[in-house]
Amino acid sequence: MAIAIKNYSRATEYNNIMALTNETIKERLIAKFADQLSHFEEPYGLLTFEAPKELNLKVLQFLFDDEELRFRFLTDLTAVHYPGGVGRELAVVYHLHNLVDNIRLRFKVFTSIGQPDVFTATQLYSSANWMERETYDFFGVNFVGHPNLKRILNVDEMDYIPMRKEYPMEDQTRVDKDDAMFGRGDLPAAASTGPVETPRAANEPRTPASGTPGEPGQKQDWPSDTTKIS
Amino acid sequence: MSTEHHIKLPEGSIEKTTTTLNLGPTHPATHGVFQNIVELDGERIVSAEQTVGYIHRAFEKIAERRPLYQITTLTDRLNYCSSPINNMGWHMTVEKLLGLKLPKRVDYLRVIIMELARISDHLICNSVVGVDSGAFTGFLYVMQYRELIYEIYEEICGSRLTTNMGRIGGFERNFSNAAWEKLEKFMAEYPAVLKEFENLFTRNRIFMERTIGAGPISGDRALNYGFTGPNLRAAGVDYDVRVHSPYSSYEDFDFEIPVGSTGDCYDRFLVREGEMWQSMRIIEQAYRKIQDMKGADADVYHADAPEYYLPKKEDVYTKMEALIWHFKIVMGETQIPPGEVYHSVEGGNGELGFYLISDGGRNPYRLHFRRPCFIYYQAYSELTQGAMLSDAIIVMSSLNLIAGEMDA
Amino acid sequence: MVMARPVRFNIHPIKADMKNNIGLADMPEGYPGEGFFATSLSNVVGLARKNSLWPMPFATSCCGIEFMATMASHYDLARFGAERLGFSPRQCDLLMVIGTIAKKMGPIVKQVYLQMAEPRWVMAVGACASSGGIFDSYSVLQGIDQVVPVDVYVPGCPPRPEAILDGFMRIQDLVGKESIRRRNGDRYKELLQSYGIQ
Repeated sequence: MAIAIKNYSRATEYNNIMALTNETIKERLIAKFADQLSHFEEPYGLLTFEAPKELNLKVLQFLFDDEELRFRFLTDLTAVHYPGGVGRELAVVYHLHNLVDNIRLRFKVFTSIGQPDVFTATQLYSSANWMERETYDFFGVNFVGHPNLKRILNVDEMDYIPMRKEYPMEDQTRVDKDDAMFGRGDLPAAASTGPVETPRAANEPRTPASGTPGEPGQKQDWPSDTTKIS
Repeated sequence: MSTEHHIKLPEGSIEKTTTTLNLGPTHPATHGVFQNIVELDGERIVSAEQTVGYIHRAFEKIAERRPLYQITTLTDRLNYCSSPINNMGWHMTVEKLLGLKLPKRVDYLRVIIMELARISDHLICNSVVGVDSGAFTGFLYVMQYRELIYEIYEEICGSRLTTNMGRIGGFERNFSNAAWEKLEKFMAEYPAVLKEFENLFTRNRIFMERTIGAGPISGDRALNYGFTGPNLRAAGVDYDVRVHSPYSSYEDFDFEIPVGSTGDCYDRFLVREGEMWQSMRIIEQAYRKIQDMKGADADVYHADAPEYYLPKKEDVYTKMEALIWHFKIVMGETQIPPGEVYHSVEGGNGELGFYLISDGGRNPYRLHFRRPCFIYYQAYSELTQGAMLSDAIIVMSSLNLIAGEMDA
Repeated sequence: MVMARPVRFNIHPIKADMKNNIGLADMPEGYPGEGFFATSLSNVVGLARKNSLWPMPFATSCCGIEFMATMASHYDLARFGAERLGFSPRQCDLLMVIGTIAKKMGPIVKQVYLQMAEPRWVMAVGACASSGGIFDSYSVLQGIDQVVPVDVYVPGCPPRPEAILDGFMRIQDLVGKESIRRRNGDRYKELLQSYGIQ
């Protein structure tokens, strides 16, 4: 209950005890998994590699249990959609952190969009539970063995997978948005003469909204003095 | 909604079935929209199921459509109680991608702003814990000083809450004299207010009885659940991104990390109080360092990077190179290196991470926010297992759940 | 630049111009007499209602923090009679929707609106509640007027507390001038029908 104030103001203290380097981690991983791991890179100092999707739990478990590597904190779990890579469209990216030696790690597993099954990491890290649900919600990655895999952030009835590249950002069912005015779609034919015609047909029902301005030229039947209502 | 499942009532219960209570998305105690469906045995919670997503605004999808400098306005709205931290974190991520080095003065200015934002965030959290346990007065006292922090933000960037502060490469303008005067006023008056706030709560018998033992969590479980920030430090693990991976010259400052032991609500409250005192220390040190800067260093407020930082308008209208840089930056013709970068900052709630994959174009290919609130809210059902309903309310507010950050 | 408002944090404060800056509330039109004052019922009821509105803050996101600042002592909403914030819609007159409403939240706004008793007013605070704000995405409702009829829109992202207070004063104008037959009239019924509310 009492607060213990520890003085860790000097980051160099951590850097001095850091004996683990990216090379050591890479060597240990290659020693354990041989050439199943690939694409070792260090973008901006963070060791990154790729593992086949069947091995993702084995890699995570190895990194967790090993007494020298000690990657026991799952910082982030997300996915990326690469429509160009055939058979490797969805990449699930894990960011791990070794808090004692202060090293981070990133590894990716690629899976195809036709069968996006990846083993779940919830047995090892409880934080993966919702992160995997979010990845499922946004990218459709099916995490095998997840206790409760359903949509988390979007509405349950949503029937498409929003973060994939083929789906647009805006809601396509809007009727009151004017594409021409937002610089999309076809420009109106008579752009230089008179007011712009909206693409909406004249007899289409309007979205009932108490404050929506009407078409240009339409006479409003609101009283001129809105303080005297009915 | 939760599916029907048979819930075993605990031993010694006098009830026949559990009562399902919907602490719905609109509830005075849920500060922000998230839902808890709790099964109650009398007053004790048997199980809780959380539903989030009631304010999902699709930030990650929107970010794929915006150039890098326009994403700052999205980051404001993550943890909106401390939006400057989110802004600075984003700018640092882009600077890491672009390989920009910033002058020291810019770093120190950023530190001042980030610590002010941290104080602002912790003030809301602590005073709202007070409100939830019935004590409204503390909230009113500290909101006055949050107004002063807002006025400092206004002097620097024009806006109070969703600040869009700074640019990639520094700040958009130097801090004005009024900003410095307000900061000095804050540094002079705020410690007394914080002391008064502490006197109201820290050794207050009622507050202690309400919060001690409510929602404890051990360090191991907290790490497994991905806790970061004050909630993790209250559980006994001293992980602070500012110390582990220093950014923005935090290694030049001398401060301590308050750490708790049991991880219950009282420890979280005390850790946040302690962090506010440490933030005041950091602000004073940064202020001293900036005042001691002389000569040309004393006026610099952005990096010398014309490819990424918009040149001054007078130069754009008179000089050819400035005009070309301006055009290139706005139209997206600047060289953005393709690559992926992960950068994190210590936000008000913990490690706020930005995972940015760039394909060389103006917009990111993929941007993912590692949002601490989203990750640690999962633990709520474990924290409230067997607790009374009123304890569950206090646990929810002491976790500092910000719905904007949770749902992004 | 000197700031004109009399705020404590002014570094170079100006004395407030108290003589010309006091607003007086006018009496409603009517016939005064010895010990009585005759006016129309809607004026009296409106006057009473507008100065004792019980708002229900439906705060979802960033605008909610500005609303908290409005409720705090600096910009005090209680001056306008809205001291008691109700969190149960059954006890409130004014539904203030403060913040972004996602499509997941839309039915809940509608349900809260339905739980309110007449007369009820709705104020959309912030750009997101008015029109979806900066979030023109698949998951955000582009304005709560897609689901409930709105009386006052307060733009801003987030609106300053002064703007929220201004919106509240507009609501007070509407409340004060409202005819007591409005809620039973055909136009109002048509308005509710267009939202699918009986």
